[in-house]
Amino acid sequence: MPEPLLQAQALVKRFGGLIATDNVALDVMPREIHALIGPNGAGKTTLVGQLTGNLRPDFGTIRFAGRDVTRLPIDARVRLGLARSFQITSVLRDFTALDNVALAVQAHDGHSFRFLADVRRDRGLRDRAQEGLEAVGLGRRGETLASALSHGEQRQLEIAMALAGEPKLLLLDEPMAGMGVEESQRMVELLRGLKQRCGMLLIEHDMDAVFALADRITVLVYGRAIASGSPDEIRNNAAVRQAYLGGEAP
Amino acid sequence: MPAPWRTPRGIITVLLLLLLAVLPLLTQAFDQRYLLSVGTRIVIWSIAAVSLNMILGYGGLVSFGHAAFLGIGGYAVGILSAEGYESGWMQWPVAIVVAVAWATLIGALSLRTRGVYFIMITLAFAQLVYYLSSGLAAYGGDDGLNISRSRFPGLIELRDKAAFYWLCFALLCATLWFCSRLVHSRFGHVLRGARSNELRMMALGFPVFRYRLAAFAIAGGFAALAGILLANDGAYISPAMMSWVKSGDLIVIVVLGGIGALFGPLYGTIAFFAVEEFLPPLLDLLHRGWGEYWQIVFGPLLVIIALYARGGIDSLLGRRHA
Repeated sequence: MPEPLLQAQALVKRFGGLIATDNVALDVMPREIHALIGPNGAGKTTLVGQLTGNLRPDFGTIRFAGRDVTRLPIDARVRLGLARSFQITSVLRDFTALDNVALAVQAHDGHSFRFLADVRRDRGLRDRAQEGLEAVGLGRRGETLASALSHGEQRQLEIAMALAGEPKLLLLDEPMAGMGVEESQRMVELLRGLKQRCGMLLIEHDMDAVFALADRITVLVYGRAIASGSPDEIRNNAAVRQAYLGGEAP
Repeated sequence: MPAPWRTPRGIITVLLLLLLAVLPLLTQAFDQRYLLSVGTRIVIWSIAAVSLNMILGYGGLVSFGHAAFLGIGGYAVGILSAEGYESGWMQWPVAIVVAVAWATLIGALSLRTRGVYFIMITLAFAQLVYYLSSGLAAYGGDDGLNISRSRFPGLIELRDKAAFYWLCFALLCATLWFCSRLVHSRFGHVLRGARSNELRMMALGFPVFRYRLAAFAIAGGFAALAGILLANDGAYISPAMMSWVKSGDLIVIVVLGGIGALFGPLYGTIAFFAVEEFLPPLLDLLHRGWGEYWQIVFGPLLVIIALYARGGIDSLLGRRHA
């Protein structure tokens, strides 16, 4: 059995008296889509925050690509190949779509302490950024300001930015949030296509998308992982149905 | 998209630069020596404002202690000159290195804070330098110190008002050129990206702190250059050149001219000096004695600009292309 790409063990995070993450273990294999679901307030965002480095766990370890990254800052984890997209769209609004991706490419191009050469004439950078846009279906929107893109397009742009560094693992925090049915379907297709390129940890409320994409699902309730298994196992798990799916099969 | 110099903004900027380039000839022809000294100060303060714009405009870092770097530049020249080291070849690099080192040190501390804390901590460090300089009894203390100008034997005589003006103007052009390159470089994009969305930049893998620190140090170096020139302009240094009022003036100049616009600091400095020069007599015309209170009018004017013309003077010249 290959080594997991990401492996969190015995994570605990407290906020005052509230235990937001309660002894959670979680792993993602290479080229696997592992979905993390749970009702609002289950602690998904807190857990993701610890994986990305925004929050430091009170207890437990996080290993990524064979290293202990528990104490590494956000940007160092990203450089190891742990990229993320945000729950609330997070693009550089006053940059064009192409410049957004170009910056993401630049981030993985070694240091950016280059003060004089014009990035707009940097063919290598522009070409790779353009490829990144095309990979998510934004090939013709390069010169548009990110703030002028539609909501769905901004989410696609986020994925392009996350992919630009050729990450080993993509952490997707509700990529379908706020999307219409059609946009969601396009995103599902996009993510399915990306499976060849990297592993994914998918946090999502849209159950159709989760069950269509996930190889494995972990259910988080009140900070604890109450179940983990294949979509079928989760669908038929009594505790999950009780706590989360409200007794109805999705 | 028309060529940049064919837009109204471009034409006005080119005319302005041409006017500044030939200013000594004009002031000589019309025998207006005072105007040349005002022009010299405008050019020097423009260099300082451009350097502040690098971090405030492009980096979004509201440093309220920028005048300290001018002071450090000026005092390095003044102290060396008082100690008998008058060669500019030695003074100027020392002044800039000291300022860059100081900027790196206080940047490393203050860039860990955000928002109003950053403003306060940069102000605090600047006040530290200010009181340090007024405590230097051997170099004039509060009263300041008359110094002899830097010497560049065989190259340029800084006592020659016109030659000194042209030197300042050439250095302003060099500063503007560097800033224009910086903005569109890889470094500049990281700096501007971090202003736009710091968390996003970190999530892309940029150690934002290091880039901001480098920008802070670079801006400190250019501010020191302005301080060196200021000391040589009046052959005089004093703590007043780095009082918090001057730091505030610089922020006002950058906001007035247009935050994050390449030539904004130049427009802002000219406007600031014009207001300072002409508003008091104008108010005196309305009513004798009102001129003294010109800042009562200038203050609300700034508030209006901050609220309604967020791009400052630059935005009045038409839309900017990214």
